[in-house]
Amino acid sequence: MTVAPAPWTDPASVPLIRFDGVSKRFGDVVAVDRVDLAIHKGEFFSLLGASGCGKTTLLRMLAGFEAPSDGRILIDGADVTAVPPYERPVNMMFQSYALFPHMTVAGNIAFGLKQDGLARPVIAAKVKAVLDLVQMGKFADRKPHQLSGGQRQRVALARCLAKEPKVLLLDEPLGALDKKLRQQTQLELVNIQDRVGVTFVMVTHDQEEAMTMSSRIGVMNAGRIQQVGTPVEIYEYPQSRYVADFIGAANMFEGTVSSASSAGVVVACPELAHDLTTAHADPLAGGHPVTVMVRPEKMSIGRDAPADGFNWARGTVADIAYLGDVSIYHVRLDSGRKVEALQANLRHTERHKLTWDDPVFLSWHPADALVLTR
Amino acid sequence: MILYVLLAFAYAFLYIPIVVMMVFSFNASKLVTVWGGFSTKWYAELLTNEKVLDAAWLSLKVAVVSATIATVLGTLAAVVLVRFRRFHGRTLFAGMVTAPLVMPEVIVGLALLLLFVAMEQAIGWPAGRSMTTIVVAHGTFSLSFVTVVVRSRLDRMDASLEEAAMDLGARPLRVFLSITLPLIAPALLAGWLLAFTLSIDDVVISSFVSGPGASPLPIVIFSKVRLGISPDINALATIVVALVGVAMAIAGRVALGRR
Repeated sequence: MTVAPAPWTDPASVPLIRFDGVSKRFGDVVAVDRVDLAIHKGEFFSLLGASGCGKTTLLRMLAGFEAPSDGRILIDGADVTAVPPYERPVNMMFQSYALFPHMTVAGNIAFGLKQDGLARPVIAAKVKAVLDLVQMGKFADRKPHQLSGGQRQRVALARCLAKEPKVLLLDEPLGALDKKLRQQTQLELVNIQDRVGVTFVMVTHDQEEAMTMSSRIGVMNAGRIQQVGTPVEIYEYPQSRYVADFIGAANMFEGTVSSASSAGVVVACPELAHDLTTAHADPLAGGHPVTVMVRPEKMSIGRDAPADGFNWARGTVADIAYLGDVSIYHVRLDSGRKVEALQANLRHTERHKLTWDDPVFLSWHPADALVLTR
Repeated sequence: MILYVLLAFAYAFLYIPIVVMMVFSFNASKLVTVWGGFSTKWYAELLTNEKVLDAAWLSLKVAVVSATIATVLGTLAAVVLVRFRRFHGRTLFAGMVTAPLVMPEVIVGLALLLLFVAMEQAIGWPAGRSMTTIVVAHGTFSLSFVTVVVRSRLDRMDASLEEAAMDLGARPLRVFLSITLPLIAPALLAGWLLAFTLSIDDVVISSFVSGPGASPLPIVIFSKVRLGISPDINALATIVVALVGVAMAIAGRVALGRR
């Protein structure tokens, strides 16, 4: 990112976009529920959630296609809650791309510029510039139906960028592309965003996509924002069971606090033979019900008992999913509970290869055991 | 196999009479049922028949004007029904717009006649039965057909195209003119041709709302037939069939063709 490293951590920084207690109801259905959100200039912000979580409605309210039932939306300090879409300094790239089928590529891009009343030579120059930016210069005279999916996506992006919006909204921008093209396009989008410096707000249900591209992610569920943070924060330090479970894989252990000290909280879990030591700083009262979350890749698996100071559990290998680069071991603990551990396959001729029904020890560092109270 | 035979019978039943009529329009004999050699004299006779020509001209004018009115109003109704999902009385409106499709024509014609008479007594307009009353009547019932055609086209159109245009800075009217209209144009043409065809071959409704001074072609044919069938009617009917056939072929092509 070329922007100030993390404007959201700077209390003096004024956010570019602010949702202020925004709700949206369709009849009895609450699509968006009292959302407060601040997005800063230059960010690549993703709204991530399962379908029906309200992320698209939130984006459409930002674009002006839906009016909030409650609350205010501010862009660059101005209240735009009642401003129609054609007067907002935002542009949206639609999931279907919504290219006008009766216009050429150049015509599509020029359409938005004509609405601004620009002179013809200016429009022509801008069209050329954005087409070059997305490497579609050669296709200016094609009609949308003569383009491939990836090419249409570029044209749709160019059409938005030509307007030089303060905010560019992307609704599942890569949803229609196949996997290989998607990964390539992800990085390309980020590069383009870097170059033009426009603030991007993206809606996606694909967590990998959100992790790869975003400066920050807002995880949504049932109309509410569950957590906002950088990809690392969201993955490593989820604040709730929902986020921990939704992002990546997670082993969750239910338990109660047995003791708490400055070093961390110790949790008793009925499914584990030993108390879990964690690095949780918040001194919780004894008996407080909590969930402890450990990511599969943080669990080491081996035949030998671990060193002191680590959490550990004993079990047998129930299943192995070999994915090439990594293997996922499903281990049945002595309590009957199944746990996932992930290990990179560094050498493919390992001497002590684990196999089905092998007795194994799982171990993990206290810092990798995260205590969740929500 | 049996199905094909049935199909052949059905088509034969529908189209042989028309083909026979067309063939006999080139009959040299004055007797409608006796073949007397090939001739185009009935067509020539038609072209000198003032009454028939006037009626044809009137029918054409009525069809063009009423189809145009029906297309404008029908399109507006379709846009309202498809793009404005929630407003009071939407269901009622949707029902009312399409009701004339299933309403018996006799009733529609009679009702319109009563309305015109009552209006003439109340406000003095329309004065008698004239081209105006026929245009209004035809425009009214063919509007429903246009609405159905345009509505299905709008339903298939990606609504995000209009949103995208608005997002790019176009005001609603500009969106409609630059994006919606060009994209539904084929449906407008199809609807117009359909309305045109309905108008040009309508007898029932026309017979209620036309007057002595303004008789469209089908009414003239109908009254001529009552005095006995003459070969020039065959010629006239052949022309009408050809005209309607061409219009429907274009409408079908446009409606089913390019999406």
